[in-house]
Amino acid sequence: MDEINVKKLRSFAVRIRMGTLEAIHSLGSGHLGGSLSIADVLAVLYGREMKVDPKNPGWPERDKLVCSKGHAGPAVYSTLANLGFIPYEELKTLNRPGTRLPSHCDRNKTPGVDMTTGSLGQGTSLAAGMALGDRLRGYSSRTFLIVGDGESNEGQVWEAFSFAAAKKLSNLVVLLDWNKRQLDGYTDDVLPMGDYVAKFNAFGFDTVKVDGNNVEELAKALERTRQGGDKPYAIILDTVKGAGIPEVAETVMNHSYTVDDDRFRRYMAGLEAQLQELEG
Amino acid sequence: MMKIEYTGAMDPRLCKAVLGETIPKLAEADPDVIYLDADLMNCIGTAKWAAAHPDRAINCGIAEANMVGVACGLASAGFKPIVHTFGPFASRRCYDQLFLSGGYARNSITVIGTDPGVTATMNGGTHMPFEDVALYRAIPGSTVIDATDPNMLESVLRQCVDRPGVKYIRVGRKQYATVYAPGSETPIGKAVTLREGSDAVIFAAGIMVHEAMQAAQALEAEGISAAVVDLFTIKPLDAEAVVSWAQKTGAVVVAENHNRNGGLYDAVTQVLSEECPVPCRCVAVEDEFGEVGPQGYLQKRFGLTAEHIAQQTCAVLERKK
Ligand SMILES: Cc1ncc(C[n+]2csc(CCOP(=O)(O)OP(=O)(O)O)c2C)c(N)n1
Ligand SMILES: [Mg+2]
Repeated sequence: MDEINVKKLRSFAVRIRMGTLEAIHSLGSGHLGGSLSIADVLAVLYGREMKVDPKNPGWPERDKLVCSKGHAGPAVYSTLANLGFIPYEELKTLNRPGTRLPSHCDRNKTPGVDMTTGSLGQGTSLAAGMALGDRLRGYSSRTFLIVGDGESNEGQVWEAFSFAAAKKLSNLVVLLDWNKRQLDGYTDDVLPMGDYVAKFNAFGFDTVKVDGNNVEELAKALERTRQGGDKPYAIILDTVKGAGIPEVAETVMNHSYTVDDDRFRRYMAGLEAQLQELEG
Repeated sequence: MMKIEYTGAMDPRLCKAVLGETIPKLAEADPDVIYLDADLMNCIGTAKWAAAHPDRAINCGIAEANMVGVACGLASAGFKPIVHTFGPFASRRCYDQLFLSGGYARNSITVIGTDPGVTATMNGGTHMPFEDVALYRAIPGSTVIDATDPNMLESVLRQCVDRPGVKYIRVGRKQYATVYAPGSETPIGKAVTLREGSDAVIFAAGIMVHEAMQAAQALEAEGISAAVVDLFTIKPLDAEAVVSWAQKTGAVVVAENHNRNGGLYDAVTQVLSEECPVPCRCVAVEDEFGEVGPQGYLQKRFGLTAEHIAQQTCAVLERKK
């Protein structure tokens, strides 16, 4: 097992949150809650697990990310900006006319974005196809698929999971963002999805559940998925929608969230304090 | 009663507020009306009422194809479902269910697709349907409406409840220019002449009605007399009105917030090619995908503006000579 540099990964996650906040503040509002809940998993994926090259984003043998909950684009863009795929300042062009950073991920616009998403559910089948393609080409690449819990209401999601298990796509890692909320509020009030671990196991996945806002647990769980085998992997991320900024996390309806100047200053100060504590 | 009240000013009521008020009212007036949504109740202000009336409002979660199937099943049991989600998910995402479980199986449902075309603004290309009208038009027996303003929205929604077939209303959630006075009835299937004219006629629907009125005003200043006719019912089209205006003016412009393929332009030119071939032009999306941005930017980007309508009117008048 590689040594896990917890401090470095935590700092990266804070920086991803900062860039996300920058982007959404520049516009005044955006999909903040669902972007913040995946900041930690993005930090571990891009900070440790995935083989990617910011200088060559289209390298065929890279590992790939499909953020099927495409509305979390701002978190993905912040991750890519922190790694130099795009200039950091460009985050402030989110949703501006002619931007390369639209609210939903677009593979034809943003260097480093591997798949176009935004219509919930569709990224799952795309990811299965990408993983199958890599295997058919003989690449050792893996595909990481982030799916929302609300998104998993879509039947297509489960068609894709059946397919992935049937085709033994062990180079596919599903990361289910179990943040317990969707647009209309709590998932348990909208359409309860039951026990994800039991569901994924029944669908033929190798499944674990972790604290999805804890980089160390994430790193360990992801490291396990390197071993191949004959099952796709599922990691249920027990997360908080809005994680990392307490006031956002405490607001139940934080799917689309206004970030005015006052909020921006206060939230940024909180994140800077987190960074200070980690980096000194 | 129908009163035209166009001044170019924006209506104080947002269309989402109209939906949030009218859907509960319709359900309260008729025990068979049932409302289904796919995790977007908060986007049209129905969430609070829905929480208090769990038997009248069903949140299906983010599963649009299932929602349409469930609605059609309810329709077979005598219910009158009103279904809502964003336009692309109310059309592309559940099309086979609309077509077979709805149209073919003769289960009548009303579908509201919010934020059509450029009104999807910040949600961008994935959420910006320029093809929903084309899809719905192709379902036999369907009704397809591009709402003009909040007052019309209320009227057509009431009329849809008891109307047979698959009915689709596309409407943006935000502000529209007032065209009709509050309380106006706009009968489905009847074109409304908003402005008389003799040189050309502009047929428009949805947000393009306001643009067409602006264009006609600008053209008047240049000595061109353009009629404006609201063709909010794209199907069944008021063919009589279309033919009569084409005969009267001899030059036609069609303006729509949709791909030029399969929408209002196709519907109008289909009738005219058989009944009254005259020069036609359109202002529509030129077979492109949507993109992200504010509505003003997007209207310019795709040419959905009063200026472009005026240009096309001049172009069609050249042809008429
Ligand atoms: C097919 C489809 N239906 C509806 C939407 C509108 N929508 C965008 S995000 C969202 C809620 C998503 O909830 P979840 O997947 O739990 O995401 P998260 O909580 O991580 O933000 C909805 C309904 C959509 N983008 N795609
Ligand atoms: Mg969620």
